[in-house]
Amino acid sequence: MTLLHALVLLPALGALGAAVHRTEAYRTGWLLVIAALHLVLTGLAWTGAPPPTLGGWIALDAIGLIVLTVVSVLFAAVAVYAVGYLRRENPRGGRAFVSCLLAFLSAASLVALSHHFALLWIGLEATTLAVAPLIFHRHDRRSLEAVWKYLMLSSVGIALALLGTFLLAASQSVSGDAVRPLVLEDLMAGAPQLHPAWLKAACVFLLVGYGTKMGLVPLHAWKPDTYAVAPGLVAGLMAGVLTMIAFLGLTRITQVMIAAGLGGFVTPLLLTFGLASLAVGAAFIIGQSDLKRMLAYSSVEHMGLLTLGLGLGGGSAYGALLHAVNNGLAKGLLFLTAGNVVLAAGGVAGDQRGLLRRAPASAILLLAGLLAVAGSPPFGTFLSEFTIVRGAFGAGHPWIGAAALLCLAVAFVGMARLIVPMVYGTSAEPGGREARGGENAWLVAGPVALALGVLLLGLFVPPALQRQLAAAAAVLGGRAP
Amino acid sequence: MSWSPLVAFGVTLLVAPALPGVATRTRSFLTGRRGPPVLQLYYEIAKLLRKRAVYSATTTWVFRAGPIVGLAAAVLSACLLPLDGRGALAGFPGDFVLFAGLLALGRFGLILAALDTGSSFEGMGASREAMVGAFAEAGLFLSFTALVMATGQPALTGMLGAPLAAGWSASLPALVMIGVSLFVLLLAEASRVPVDDPATHLELTMIHEVAVLDQSGPDLALVLYGSALRFTLLAALTALVLAPRGALAAPAALVALPMGLLVIAAVVGVVEATMARLRLNRVPQLLVATSALAAFAMILVLARS
Amino acid sequence: MSGPAELVLLLVVLASFLVLGTARLSTGVRAVAFQGVLLGLVPLLLFPTWSWHRAALAAGTMAIKGVIVPRFLLWAIREAAVRREMEPRLGYVPSLLLGTVVLAVAFALAGRWPVPEGGGTLLVPVAVATVVHGLLVLTASRKAVTQVVGYIMMENGIYLFGLTQAERVPFLVELGVLLDVFVGVFIMGIVVFHINREFDSIKASRLVEGAE
Repeated sequence: MTLLHALVLLPALGALGAAVHRTEAYRTGWLLVIAALHLVLTGLAWTGAPPPTLGGWIALDAIGLIVLTVVSVLFAAVAVYAVGYLRRENPRGGRAFVSCLLAFLSAASLVALSHHFALLWIGLEATTLAVAPLIFHRHDRRSLEAVWKYLMLSSVGIALALLGTFLLAASQSVSGDAVRPLVLEDLMAGAPQLHPAWLKAACVFLLVGYGTKMGLVPLHAWKPDTYAVAPGLVAGLMAGVLTMIAFLGLTRITQVMIAAGLGGFVTPLLLTFGLASLAVGAAFIIGQSDLKRMLAYSSVEHMGLLTLGLGLGGGSAYGALLHAVNNGLAKGLLFLTAGNVVLAAGGVAGDQRGLLRRAPASAILLLAGLLAVAGSPPFGTFLSEFTIVRGAFGAGHPWIGAAALLCLAVAFVGMARLIVPMVYGTSAEPGGREARGGENAWLVAGPVALALGVLLLGLFVPPALQRQLAAAAAVLGGRAP
Repeated sequence: MSWSPLVAFGVTLLVAPALPGVATRTRSFLTGRRGPPVLQLYYEIAKLLRKRAVYSATTTWVFRAGPIVGLAAAVLSACLLPLDGRGALAGFPGDFVLFAGLLALGRFGLILAALDTGSSFEGMGASREAMVGAFAEAGLFLSFTALVMATGQPALTGMLGAPLAAGWSASLPALVMIGVSLFVLLLAEASRVPVDDPATHLELTMIHEVAVLDQSGPDLALVLYGSALRFTLLAALTALVLAPRGALAAPAALVALPMGLLVIAAVVGVVEATMARLRLNRVPQLLVATSALAAFAMILVLARS
Repeated sequence: MSGPAELVLLLVVLASFLVLGTARLSTGVRAVAFQGVLLGLVPLLLFPTWSWHRAALAAGTMAIKGVIVPRFLLWAIREAAVRREMEPRLGYVPSLLLGTVVLAVAFALAGRWPVPEGGGTLLVPVAVATVVHGLLVLTASRKAVTQVVGYIMMENGIYLFGLTQAERVPFLVELGVLLDVFVGVFIMGIVVFHINREFDSIKASRLVEGAE
């Protein structure tokens, strides 16, 4: 069994193990152990490129490695948080919760590693299904509505993505029998011979299908309700990991399109989706009173930024990939902290102000998250957003760059208006009642690690990461700035 | 003018009142009753012609003209159809538009007569008749367009005659769909179930019957014969599409004509026995579905060429 | 293109129109069941060579799409006490008209795309039309059950399109069956939680008291 097999099979086995684990104690141990092992395996993948397996269907290239790393790191933070969360929420250890989390990790790893479009699709479908019980954790009417909407929209997106996959296979039909159908390498190698009409149709459907999973406008309707209703760590996982692997799907088809010389067809689509998501996300952030809902719109906005960067190419593509990393970490930080805020306020309807006194660690983390997501130095998001916008100006799209800056500014103002009173405001309760349950180490360690990660990436991008980013950007028609 | 179309025309006019009888008899049979005799309508028409008409004081000449216009329009339409399977009494390119127009004219005469009485029942019947007519006409035109495209002949004689028989098996699915669509239009024009129930006695549920509520004597005879003729015309149209007789010899085609009409009347009876009459706001739904079927047939024919 | 395959594809389109136009919920479900059975027949009629794999695929498709899923759906309708009407948001007549327009556009566009081998002239337009009809029913429905019916129709269209590639890419069409997993989840959700009508958008003021 090679490294790549282990990355996918290990969490799957862990999910089974957690499901059959009889005693409630130490069930979350499965979570921690598997997350740690996965992190180690990912680290090993950085040291030496593992060879492709399964007939070339599973392989690790630059983009895949970056995505895998974000998945692994984010999942580790979430796993640590989950220990504290389950201890508070569900003393019985949450069998379905832990199993679904691990199944999610397995499916997400599969998507990151798959070089076969059908396998990628299967992985995404599996993640959609694995997350649904997690969203429905609270078992009340609001959760039910959110899960139904999520499942309905996601399944339509997945079905359209399957149609796109079929169309992609159809575009290869003119290439003869020697090529392996739907395998990325063969698609890239024979790209100029692919049938353009089928390829364009495939591109549209794949963009729409995977864009639904990402939460691009106008297919984002499920995001606000779902993120608002899901527990903080689930929302963080979705905002960080799920969007990342959906973005990977987008990059794969863009790769093929660029290799086939149809980059001019894909670029307007990506730019339109990107700008629309940027604008709508920023617009809806203003006036939100619910923290997680607002963060959902922020996620929509950042997905728009990523798509914009992908569409612009050049230095922006590099920036988009760097931003994918930074955004994943930042969103994970924010959602985990949002979960803490709710716990500190004693429930979703509780008073969420005056956090600095009641839950100081969460308050600081919330402020850090605000700065990180808004793209202010010294956090890494500043660098990535700057690269994308500079690429826009450099590629001869000054209006796009200006629009992006405007949206980012609007989003920052909107978020600050909600978060700052939360942190500094005075609590409505007289006397500043002690936060229920307090903050234990488990709940804080994860977010702190993520915050440090984003901060470090802002100060210093490791050369290894730079190399992988440059290699990934090159395939997407970009280059290192 | 050869004798065959003339004989076919005569046979059609003669057989017309028998068809509603066959349909009603079949329906009664299938629902466990004996039902009225097949030739009942002949007796009714004869009886009514002997009586004197009674006219309401509120009516004008329009009321008297309505049934005559209806009958005249039906008879003229019969001249346009190639009833013997190969040639009509009169025809020219584009005469299917005249055919649909004449059917509409007949219906219009009846509607005006109904409105002329000033009665609320008849006014309601008139508006319902107009609705059914409007939707049915769309289906009729789509069916004709599909036939024109399938055969390449713009005249009814060509569309339903020998060229259709020649190219029948090639576009069979499309023709079956057109035939089904025409059958539903038959049910609409002849006011049979599921569009309208001829056996009901509740005026508020009627469409055709209530529009002619005040007609009496010879006028009513004309109305009854006119509506039987409309039944026959559309039945002949359906038979011509589903089983074109262009390849048969003249005598055989003439014999096949009343046989085909009777078969279709029996099928109408079967449909009446098995289905319930639709709610009034579902009738447009049915007719639009029929038009969609005809449109599908047209798309198929276009895609094939 | 062979006669029987063509006839089956035409019946598929007629089944879609039945779903678009009918007012009765059970008729709609039976129409997609009929469509499922037809779909199982199509690969057998399209590809002249016989193989166990293809026969198994046909049998499995007919079983799942034609029998199991519709039975499940009808059971769900009874269990959740759903009102037996289709209730489309658009209305029956506009749905039918829109469906006809979609069909015309599908046939018009199909003439411009190349014909995939092993498909014949009818397979691609029917597939595309069925997908769009399914989307129509799905987006225009007020009830959860009709949304599922629309989803099944969309799925049927995607399956039909996959058949054009079935010769070249093995096991591609079986992927479509994975979509049925979603359908199963939906139906279970309807039954367990009695989801009758579409939900209104969640208003932020309706917060739930309790833990996070």
